[in-house]
Amino acid sequence: MVPLSWYLSLSALIFVIGLCGVLLRRNILIVLMSLELMLNAVILNFVAFSFYLQDLRGQIMAIFIIAITAAEVAVALAIVIALTRNRATLRVDDINSMKG
Amino acid sequence: MPGLETLFFLLFAILTVIFAVMVVVAKNPVHAALSLMACFVQIAALYILLRAPFIAAIQIFVYVGTIMVLFVFVMMMLDIRKATSEPYLPAKLWLLALFPLLLGVLLLVGLNVGDSFKSITQTSQIELENTTSELGHALFTDYLLPFEVVSVILLVALVGAILMAQKGKR
Repeated sequence: MVPLSWYLSLSALIFVIGLCGVLLRRNILIVLMSLELMLNAVILNFVAFSFYLQDLRGQIMAIFIIAITAAEVAVALAIVIALTRNRATLRVDDINSMKG
Repeated sequence: MPGLETLFFLLFAILTVIFAVMVVVAKNPVHAALSLMACFVQIAALYILLRAPFIAAIQIFVYVGTIMVLFVFVMMMLDIRKATSEPYLPAKLWLLALFPLLLGVLLLVGLNVGDSFKSITQTSQIELENTTSELGHALFTDYLLPFEVVSVILLVALVGAILMAQKGKR
């Protein structure tokens, strides 16, 4: 049987890779995708603990996280579309001024 | 001789990490999106290894079927040709990579050294078979309020997304 710490280590690896993507890439679409990667690492943790502790609450939490992620991605991509309409850039470095 | 489950775990884990790295290093956002899709499919396979078939199906439906299609659709609407040729980072900021690497080393050492997780790795028998019906029961009894709140949040996000992506003044 696979030990729990293997799943947790895999999840940590995915999380760190996603964090590298968020910090090192400048393209806003890839930054968003790396965020998805980090969220998936968290869900994997929840499901792994749910299985090893034989508790259903981890899976319920995973369902809620997936639903919230879907909402987050829809709003984020709408913001990206509105942004490129106003500023014509996809680089996160160029998006540094606020109005309002 | 490791068991079949261990072999499959290693296969899916290695593929997941490879595709995750490809998401981060890909120059072209379309390649990154396709790698991310493959990565999500591997994670869904891991959920099946964890006896969570419903979560695996949701993962395929929502992530691979909806979120990635949304990403690719937005890339179709935007001009990403300029983005494929630009460098990752200004050279002086490469030290930033140190922090995630440090965090990764700390996490891996913390998870694997010591025996804080040894006590819960030995699950003798599996009680949670056929979790889908139990999951549905729990969602509609104990977790009814969060469930409804999530549905309202989804509705609000949908309306907000349409409003923000709309052309013209509002």
